[in-house]
Amino acid sequence: MSSVDSNPSSLLEVKDLHVYFPIRGGVMRRQLHTVKAVSGVSLNLAQGEVLGLVGESGCGKTTLGRALVGLAPMTSGRVFFNAKELHHQNGKSSNHAMKMQLIFQDPYSSLHPRKQVRDLVGEGLLINGLARVEELDEKVLDILEKVGLGVDHLYRYPHEFSGGQRQRISLARALILKPELIILDEPTSALDVSVQAQILNMLKGLQKEYNLTYLFISHDLSVVRYMSRRIGVMYLGNLVEIGPTRSVFENPKHPYTHSLLSALPSIKKGKRKERMILKGDPPTPIDPPPGCPFADRCSNTQEKCRIEKPVLEPLKKESSQLVACFFQNENVH
Amino acid sequence: MTAQNLTTVEVRMLRAESRKRALQDSWTLWKRNPVTIAGTLIILSLILIAMVAPWLATHDPFDQILADRLFPPSLDYWFGTDNLGRDIYSRVIHGSRLTLMIAFVVALISGPIGLVVGVLSGYLGGMVDEVLMRLSDIFLAFPKLILAIAFAAALEPGLTNAIIAISIANWPSYARLVRAETLAVRNSDYIDAVRILGAGHLRIMIYHLTPMCLSTLIVRVSLDMGTIILIAAGLGFLGLGAQPPAPEWGLMVSDGRNYLVDQWWVSTIPGIAILVVVLGFNLVGDGLRDILDPHQRQS
Amino acid sequence: MTETVPSLIPKSEPIDYSSTNNESQPLLTIRDLRVHFYTLRGTVYALEGVNLDVQKEETMGIVGETGCGKSITARAVLRLIDPPGKIVSGTVEFDGQELLNLHPKEMRRIRGKRISMIMQEPRMSLNPVIRVGNQVAETLLIHESDLSPSAARKKAEEMLQSVGIPDAGKMSKRYPHELSGGMAQRVMIAMMLVTRPKLLIADEPTSALDVTIQAQIIDLMNDLVHELQSSVMMISHDLGVVAETCDRVAVMYAGSVVEQGRVEDVLHNPRHPYTKGLLRTLPDNASENEDLYSIKGNVPSLFMPQQQCRFAPRCEFSQERCFQEIPGSYQVGNNHSAACFLHENGI
Repeated sequence: MSSVDSNPSSLLEVKDLHVYFPIRGGVMRRQLHTVKAVSGVSLNLAQGEVLGLVGESGCGKTTLGRALVGLAPMTSGRVFFNAKELHHQNGKSSNHAMKMQLIFQDPYSSLHPRKQVRDLVGEGLLINGLARVEELDEKVLDILEKVGLGVDHLYRYPHEFSGGQRQRISLARALILKPELIILDEPTSALDVSVQAQILNMLKGLQKEYNLTYLFISHDLSVVRYMSRRIGVMYLGNLVEIGPTRSVFENPKHPYTHSLLSALPSIKKGKRKERMILKGDPPTPIDPPPGCPFADRCSNTQEKCRIEKPVLEPLKKESSQLVACFFQNENVH
Repeated sequence: MTAQNLTTVEVRMLRAESRKRALQDSWTLWKRNPVTIAGTLIILSLILIAMVAPWLATHDPFDQILADRLFPPSLDYWFGTDNLGRDIYSRVIHGSRLTLMIAFVVALISGPIGLVVGVLSGYLGGMVDEVLMRLSDIFLAFPKLILAIAFAAALEPGLTNAIIAISIANWPSYARLVRAETLAVRNSDYIDAVRILGAGHLRIMIYHLTPMCLSTLIVRVSLDMGTIILIAAGLGFLGLGAQPPAPEWGLMVSDGRNYLVDQWWVSTIPGIAILVVVLGFNLVGDGLRDILDPHQRQS
Repeated sequence: MTETVPSLIPKSEPIDYSSTNNESQPLLTIRDLRVHFYTLRGTVYALEGVNLDVQKEETMGIVGETGCGKSITARAVLRLIDPPGKIVSGTVEFDGQELLNLHPKEMRRIRGKRISMIMQEPRMSLNPVIRVGNQVAETLLIHESDLSPSAARKKAEEMLQSVGIPDAGKMSKRYPHELSGGMAQRVMIAMMLVTRPKLLIADEPTSALDVTIQAQIIDLMNDLVHELQSSVMMISHDLGVVAETCDRVAVMYAGSVVEQGRVEDVLHNPRHPYTKGLLRTLPDNASENEDLYSIKGNVPSLFMPQQQCRFAPRCEFSQERCFQEIPGSYQVGNNHSAACFLHENGI
């Protein structure tokens, strides 16, 4: 467990993470296929930063988030948190309940339907021995106020709340443990636009107040653009582009990023437009072929793309924008 | 109101309000369904009758007045008398105690066993699941009545052993049910959420999975009460359950076997009692399902 | 990957989508539509006087947040409101014919043939045990009874091809669960357009799809609808989708239409306070450093009949009158109206 190869200034360091799920079948339950949900992702998160992660279904962003908190197995690769390496045992995270938390996408299934808010939010304290049962009311109330809820919500059940309120409860549950990193998995995707605005504002406020670090996972590019300073684009388990939000949005270098941005419906665009429409469906991560993951749908595929997989490299020396494409400098858009 | 001002009085008030709300919701749902109300009334009457049996009965249920054998229902003997001159009405009244006891004790034994086995099986999976499920498969391969008869016959005839036998025949179906619920629920986001908080397997099984399975289990058990009572009556009828002179309803039906044509009341009246009680439990079970279903509560 | 799908229209020039808005009779006219739901908790006054027009060969958008009544409006047009819901009053005129008092048998002839509807989750709207080709064919057989089954199947295959499904012959033998979301939605579109309806109602057709697939479906719909000269009622909560597909748009809030007009006008020059507020909450419109605007307050309860402007409690321009009377719809520009007392005098 050496910290020799970790970068001490990063809060979170992910090195070449792979998350694979076997599909077994047949009489002897042999491994027939492999779902390569995450195929070699490396990234760093500095303290206090917000990194956005975008991509479509099957890209692995949710699995990545889950693997970091121990809900998905890390098949290979290393993850360092605060310069200490993480090891997850089967199903039980190697305690960073207090350092890393996750907010789920669906507010209607992330709260136990039979428990009251007080128990939902306070349980983390009890499990980790941070409070006694008698102190729970007070501590829970404290944190509820931070997320815009109040004392009359303490003894209510989840079904009595709206989607936006439920996400607040989930946040309270995470915040009460004073984490350093919160992974937000599509926190506002299930919410109406006006509720989304409230929740995003709250998230921003909390981040400043507690100097939190966020990994903001979403498929909604406009939300990610608003929330994050840096953004990473994932495709079929790979990180294909990562860099400062502004540069990636204004100057996307990976063909997939370009299609993604172009496909985004926006009120700024009208009915009549030219854009690069991506053909075909997003592929499944089951037994992906070798080479670049985007080879099948790219308009610029060459022979090399199907044999070798491109690595994330900076555009130019010292550039903070990295792209995984052999022809990145030709992709001038 | 900030945390500092929150006194214990206020907390207690909030908790009481919450409980009141939950009860009100249950009451509304209960009121909705006339069938449920009917069932509840039947069962409540049963419990009431069982409680005040000695005061409701007109005669001593064990008292044999041979001169008054096989009398039809009359003003003296409301349900008539049996072949040993005992008042059937009083015996039915006192028998309600036995019926209730059997039903609840069996439920209280087989329910928890099924719950524990089901949750362990569903959550842990793997070898534990295989072993426990194959074990319950063995039991489930036989109809409950046959199994109960087999166990009761293997043990000495008697009420206690009958209860044990029925419990053994009963738990596997609960285990299956609970296992199914557990499987459905164990990968939910809210279970994952608690894992991220640091909860271990035991905590998840006891505090998170069990409450989800409980309502289905309770509904199933109350629907089963009818069957349990019928099996107990069956065992009594065969002489494997309660022993004479106990006023157990199944036994009473058996006693009247030879007099079915001319003195129909000896078998039929206890039979009607069984029918009414089983019906009552079925109706209550249906109603409970509505009340305990969290989706219903939301609407 | 080259496109091997034959397209319906020879792609020589970019297609001009500006609608030829003939001043003649609209295809669909909804006036004062009211729908109530009689639930155990009380009556829900879901739609309180909806007024809407859809012109011929036009794509009309209906936007609003959850609970505003846009889906209910769509279902009311097709008379698919089941108890405890009831269409209490109003008129829905389609192609000169009043729909609300039609005999159910007549209505069935219209549904699927002259008015079709596609919904959000295609794999839930398709029958899971029937092959997709047969489902498309079935629609034909229902409405064109003189067609033979094999002819219907052939036409179905052609339709599947024209919606961009590669290898249509093979694909038509697949079951819905074997298709991806995008493919399933294409099948839905095929099924609903094979009878060449005059009006297609699309209820959040792309909300469940990935962004790149959404773009494909939007393009497909635009093309097909133009070729078939149909009108579309496009319901969405996503203003971006509406901007890219619609000619005109109606904004709904709590059961009524608060603003209606051409897309450019409503989205770039909104006049109703709700529309203004809604546009301001979009992250697209915000800069990184400021807080997102959010409309204060919450959506009102619909358990009371409308007696005032339902947006008044949350409106920053509200006056006393707004809490006492229901605003009518006032002209604020060419073919642009808003239901707000501020614009009563056409300012």
